[in-house]
Amino acid sequence: MATSGMRAVVVGAGPAGMRAAQTLVAAGIRPVVIDEAGRSGGQIYRRPPEGFVRDAETLYGADAAKARDLHAMFDRLRDAIDYRPDTLAWNVAGDMLHVVTDGVADALPFDALILATGATDRLLPIAGWTRPGCYSLGGAQVALKAQGCAIGRRVLFLGTGPLLYLVAHQYRKAGVEVAAVLDTAPFAAQVRALPDLMVRPGFLLRGASFRAGLQAAGVTVANGVVPRAIEGGREVSGLRYRIGDKEHHVAADAVAMGFHLRSETQLADLAGCPFLFDAASGQWRPDADRDGRSPRAGVYLAGDGARVLGADAAEAGGRLAALAALADAGHAVDAGELAALRRRMAMLDRFRRGLATAFPWPADLARSVADDVILCRCENITAGQLRETASAKGAPELNRTKALSRIGMGRCQGRFCGSAAAEILADARGTPLAEVGRLRGQAPVKPLSMATAKGTRP
Amino acid sequence: MAEISVSGRLHRVAEGDRAPVSFRLDGREVTALAGDSVLTAALTNGRTLRVSEFGDGDRAGFCMMGACQDCWMWTEGGDRLRACTTPVADGMALSTIPVGEGLWPRPA
Repeated sequence: MATSGMRAVVVGAGPAGMRAAQTLVAAGIRPVVIDEAGRSGGQIYRRPPEGFVRDAETLYGADAAKARDLHAMFDRLRDAIDYRPDTLAWNVAGDMLHVVTDGVADALPFDALILATGATDRLLPIAGWTRPGCYSLGGAQVALKAQGCAIGRRVLFLGTGPLLYLVAHQYRKAGVEVAAVLDTAPFAAQVRALPDLMVRPGFLLRGASFRAGLQAAGVTVANGVVPRAIEGGREVSGLRYRIGDKEHHVAADAVAMGFHLRSETQLADLAGCPFLFDAASGQWRPDADRDGRSPRAGVYLAGDGARVLGADAAEAGGRLAALAALADAGHAVDAGELAALRRRMAMLDRFRRGLATAFPWPADLARSVADDVILCRCENITAGQLRETASAKGAPELNRTKALSRIGMGRCQGRFCGSAAAEILADARGTPLAEVGRLRGQAPVKPLSMATAKGTRP
Repeated sequence: MAEISVSGRLHRVAEGDRAPVSFRLDGREVTALAGDSVLTAALTNGRTLRVSEFGDGDRAGFCMMGACQDCWMWTEGGDRLRACTTPVADGMALSTIPVGEGLWPRPA
């Protein structure tokens, strides 16, 4: 079957989307590549604006060669793809992807849709987390990498996951004072994860060196941290926390916080992909086979938007998803390449399990958030209001809870309250986490102006 | 209205050698650098971007990657823009408080 006429659309120009596009082009297809950012790279390989001068080593550290390779490859693809930066993909309806570029709407019919939508920080509320000066961990990294700025003069890093140590290391290297690195995961968990993490000794060693470097510079690096409150008045002044029975305080004028990552799955949801509950992470993910092929015909998933496996897996996953789309369209696919990519994914999946053991999502912290703490940053809804909705109003699952309490209805659409809201609801109702379900994706997946929705230029 | 601090929340640690860009922030003539986002431009010159419409205080953005929508600012013309994904441009006139009475409920 001829495939040159296949209408392929890739959403996202991070490592997964870029490799998917490359694989399609190599098969003689001219894909549309939609990216919300102005420049390709995604978050991990994000490129600063034109005119910035730091080299790849400074920006990407040990991943500099990979970043250079990906950027150069994608620049070479430029004439072979229909590349649309600064474009939001905001809905999937039938076999049509709806996008908007600079206020102008367009609808793209597809035979194959490869969703490489990436991830954001996974958050849980801590008293005071809406104070100016408190940012997501990924946000703190974006400020430094893409703008050459630090989020404060004395920055506290709080949460868990590999990004916690990486961003703290990058800030220290950039000459910013690091107040402390406070990990909610117990150190024993990290030791327990070693057998799985050993499948990538280089990566493991790098993480250990970040930690050692921070400690050698006199920075407090602590595990088993229970955050109590981000303190201050109109500004962040520090954090009160506990380790075991002991209360501690650290002064800081900025906090970077995050608890590993969550996938951006709204478009997969709108496309009609079924979701599975992943008990290890306590998150739902769109169902897909090992190559990223969803049960929904014509829809393929790749990278952290499908499952958080990191940048190297995103590159392999992007290739695999494109190969799956090609194979389904009757194109001959190199069996050796397929087998090698699948082996690589299996190894990286073992590493993912190691990370989940080493940096567990602190469900108990989310469940024990005090009633007066703001859970929904968008609309100032407290954890207590959610508990009230669960008990007095009897909301059995998250979408009903959303209708009754507005949790997840604000402008972030539950991206930053959803994980904790599920824990609090399950806890209040005494049901397993999977039974409270997940917030359904809604179009538009991000706010659009009314002028756009009407299809007119503002 | 609260006193406006002149020291910025974000501070530059690299990439300082870029062309200056002039814009207005809450009526003050200030400068940023070409390639700055509106968020960077505003927060290297001030402490906040907006006031929460739900009465829980000032905000200065959160995710910096276009996901949380916590950094929407006003222009003097009454438009809104997402500060973290909009490049700053010469002559922009930005406001951290809603422009136009009655457009949005404003906390006391």
